[in-house]
Amino acid sequence: MGILVDENTRLLVQGLGRDGTFQASSCRAYGTNMVAGVHPRRGGTKFEDEVPIFETVTEAVDATGANVGLIFVPASGAADAIIEQVDAGLPLVVCISEGVPVQDMVKTLAYMEGRSSRLLGPNCPGLIHPRTRAKVGIIPGSILSEGQVGVVSRSGTLTYEAVVQLTELGIGQSTCVGIGGDPLHGTTFVDVLEMFENDDETDAIVMIGEIGGTKEQQAAEFINNHVTKPVVGAIVGQTAPPGKRMGHAGAIITGVAALASEKIRVLREAGVHVADSPAVIGAKMAEVLGR
Amino acid sequence: MNIHEYQAREILESYGIAVPRAGVASTPDEARQLAVDLGGRVVVKAQVHAGGRGKAGGVKLVNSPEEAAEAAAGMLGTNLVTHQTKAGGVPVRKVLVAELTDIADELYLAITMDADARAPMVMASSEGGVEIEEVAADSPNKIVRVAADPLIGLTAYHARDIATEIGIPINLVRQATGLITNLCRVFQELDASLVEINPLVVTTDGRVMALDAKIAFEDDALFRHKEIAELADPEQNDELEQKALDAGLAYVKLDGGRVGCMVNGAGLAMATMDITKTAGAAPANFLDIGGGAAEDKIAEALEIIVSDGDVEAILVNVFGGILRCDVAARGIVMGVRSTETQMPLVVAMRGTNAEEGLKILADAGLNVTTVGDLGEAATALTQVLGAASSNGENS
Repeated sequence: MGILVDENTRLLVQGLGRDGTFQASSCRAYGTNMVAGVHPRRGGTKFEDEVPIFETVTEAVDATGANVGLIFVPASGAADAIIEQVDAGLPLVVCISEGVPVQDMVKTLAYMEGRSSRLLGPNCPGLIHPRTRAKVGIIPGSILSEGQVGVVSRSGTLTYEAVVQLTELGIGQSTCVGIGGDPLHGTTFVDVLEMFENDDETDAIVMIGEIGGTKEQQAAEFINNHVTKPVVGAIVGQTAPPGKRMGHAGAIITGVAALASEKIRVLREAGVHVADSPAVIGAKMAEVLGR
Repeated sequence: MNIHEYQAREILESYGIAVPRAGVASTPDEARQLAVDLGGRVVVKAQVHAGGRGKAGGVKLVNSPEEAAEAAAGMLGTNLVTHQTKAGGVPVRKVLVAELTDIADELYLAITMDADARAPMVMASSEGGVEIEEVAADSPNKIVRVAADPLIGLTAYHARDIATEIGIPINLVRQATGLITNLCRVFQELDASLVEINPLVVTTDGRVMALDAKIAFEDDALFRHKEIAELADPEQNDELEQKALDAGLAYVKLDGGRVGCMVNGAGLAMATMDITKTAGAAPANFLDIGGGAAEDKIAEALEIIVSDGDVEAILVNVFGGILRCDVAARGIVMGVRSTETQMPLVVAMRGTNAEEGLKILADAGLNVTTVGDLGEAATALTQVLGAASSNGENS
């Protein structure tokens, strides 16, 4: 079993515009069991002539038993889509949409308190479980290989970089999770680290953080107290100046704790094997695994 | 997005927050007239998107309309350099002329989004009129922090607690409570990322008033605040950054670097910047061309990098996904042709259509070194930078 998605995943995709259609199609091509699409004006039709499309998420869940929701709707409507999926009772909601207003997210996260759904994202690449070929999001399946290293990251393309490095060194992955680059997101490093620690398929963990916020510090504390598996870390943004937003809304240095050097320090103190540069994340894991 | 103080002041006023009487002037004559209307003794404040104006000579207290005109003449049309601006400073096109206020006490009040608390965070202090960072460093216990509920806003009792904590006199607590609650409404209703009043003053005649106002708005929410988007002042931004903004690119100019970076994805862009350090150099910019970029947008990105006089070599790192490598390659070729640049390019392309992309670059006969990953990129970069500087010595 994967930590969040696997052969039991029954995928619902909301937001079947140009990008959503392309990505949903590639999730299916990878092997994911997509059971429903949601589109307010295309109810009753089928996606790729096979997957039924419904007008609302609740209808789709009732009819198909979908258990993972994937959101590609534009940022202005993303919070609404998350709430619709939460109300429909989907246990896992993955939001890829980029540029969701922070005030929307802060309200959405408050709304989710006490409700049972887990949110991954927004502004994230989703997650993928290569052994059962379950892909929920946009991570290119071709770069992954089956194995025992769990990968968790705030970034999209940088995650791919790390995965390629691992794969080229013959180190496969258990589950690969992108938690997203926004300051306010659902699932955190700590959540994923806890899942990897309890996951039989995972023997070691790669965690890729970046400047901004204090999420890496929280992760370091959790690793120190609760993680027994080896963790290889990397922090990007060492060359970024304070006060400037580096693309990701969360990647802005606003105090000492947000600096790359400070995050690297606390991770090392927690026993994390921090790669000296993003070019050697794979090599560092090979070293830790004694390969 | 940042706005000017005079604009922020108007927003606060529209939310019922007391501000001194004031007007905005674009000429010394207008400043003189405003000073006449306001009773002669006024403060003239340069309107720029940067802090530290006082120390830089951008805030002047004057005693007469003539002096107001002189102060305005000394600021208007100049570039103000503060510790927050780039070396060349930012242009002053307007000054705010405000009545002087008799101050009994200076306080501090601000609201930002706190990612850990997952809520808007009100920060207030009895120490106003100085840099809050200094207060935070010297006497952190003098800063009061209260989280507002994201769904219901700041409650009155919270606002009352804050007012009492920062030493508002008992007879003015009601007034201050209203002001704090209204400021939180500004933050939440207008999708601000920061509202800051420094100083918040108690006047000798018993009013609680915002003597300065800073508001920054979240770019991602401007789509639902057209009236605020119109307050943008492109002239206050770095020229290249503004060009990138207009093109829909995430670009940040970095001082002191000579390697232009062009990458898709913010995390990979930061990683690529960091790699330049391994090559003994520094990045000249952050640039994320994003997921769905078309060829012309990529060409424009390259043009922006090339037009930065600090750049000596360009490092391209594209991981094809939604953005295909062949599209990126055609955009790069287009950009190189239009700028006629001879600058060396180090290019890594992986993912969707990578081989086709690399072939397009090779066929175009550009000055390109192709590499397989970030490690090779660092090595190649060291070589081309070495060659570039030895060429420089020869010429």
